[in-house]
Amino acid sequence: MNEKEWPLFEVFVRSRSGLEHKHVGSVHAADARMAIEHARDVYTRRQEGVSIWVVRSSDITASDPAEADAFFEPARDKVYRHPTFYSIPDEVKNL
Amino acid sequence: MSARLEYVLRLADTSLVLGQRLGEWIGHAPALEEDLGLANLSLDLIGQARLLLTYAGEIEGRGRNEDDLAMSRDQSDYRNLALAEQPNGDFGHTIVRQVLIDAFQLELYEGLQRSTDARLAEIAHKALKETRYHFRYSAGWLIRLGDGTEESHRRVQGSLDSLWRFTRELFAEDDVDREMASAGVAPQLADLELRWSAHIDEVLKEATLQRPADVPYVWHGKRGQHTEHLGYLLAEMQFLHRAYPGASW
Repeated sequence: MNEKEWPLFEVFVRSRSGLEHKHVGSVHAADARMAIEHARDVYTRRQEGVSIWVVRSSDITASDPAEADAFFEPARDKVYRHPTFYSIPDEVKNL
Repeated sequence: MSARLEYVLRLADTSLVLGQRLGEWIGHAPALEEDLGLANLSLDLIGQARLLLTYAGEIEGRGRNEDDLAMSRDQSDYRNLALAEQPNGDFGHTIVRQVLIDAFQLELYEGLQRSTDARLAEIAHKALKETRYHFRYSAGWLIRLGDGTEESHRRVQGSLDSLWRFTRELFAEDDVDREMASAGVAPQLADLELRWSAHIDEVLKEATLQRPADVPYVWHGKRGQHTEHLGYLLAEMQFLHRAYPGASW
């Protein structure tokens, strides 16, 4: 990476109190404080959020796409792991 | 012109002219993120100007709306602080101008929230929230640049030295200011100056910048005496309206 370029930060925005922060994109910034300001200007211009997290992209450890088969294929034939075999009482909302 | 109309136009024009200046950065800022950041500041300021110009039009009572006042007045009718019309220069120069005005508007709107003029109090309440962010942004950048590299320090110190001579106007009281302050419409400029000075000293200290000496000359943008830069700004801003009166899209 060009040394003069700002590092990349991943941006997570909470749209409403009680909801989780969701990944919305990334910004370049010199440090975390600036990243928060950039995220505010780039991703919350239309009142999309009430809280912002930023994380340096280089601090994220990701699974290797080349290993996707080993990671995710074994779950494919185990439909019984989905909670679709239970009948849910009508009174229970938001499940 | 009544003192109240004069006063509201001064507030409106300072925000409008500064907003237009910041808009000139769109597409030219050093990074995409700063492009949006400066545009957001610009839009906040133009939004303030719209509310204030609408109010000014009502006080005037001649049926002029925000667009008429913004687009059809010549530079001698503009009442903005001369500092607001100064050209952008480099990014650091724009930031210096912004810090000086943000710290002023911060205290101004804080005081205007308690204005006896309910309309101004309401506008100030909204503008204050925006201005808090503006000051956070501009002061943050000035600290980075002042306390940054040798070159960034040298350049923002140079901008500070060249823009400082416009700051006396911010607190130079005239009859309009006195009348508005004694009616409880506007805060006392002497109080604002103390608070402004404290903000500026704090930022300059952290930015490792030297506060320049005050100069005796006072600009009078708020009485319509402008530097040569305002005419060009208005020519660009007003061109469309003057060439195609009443155009809309």
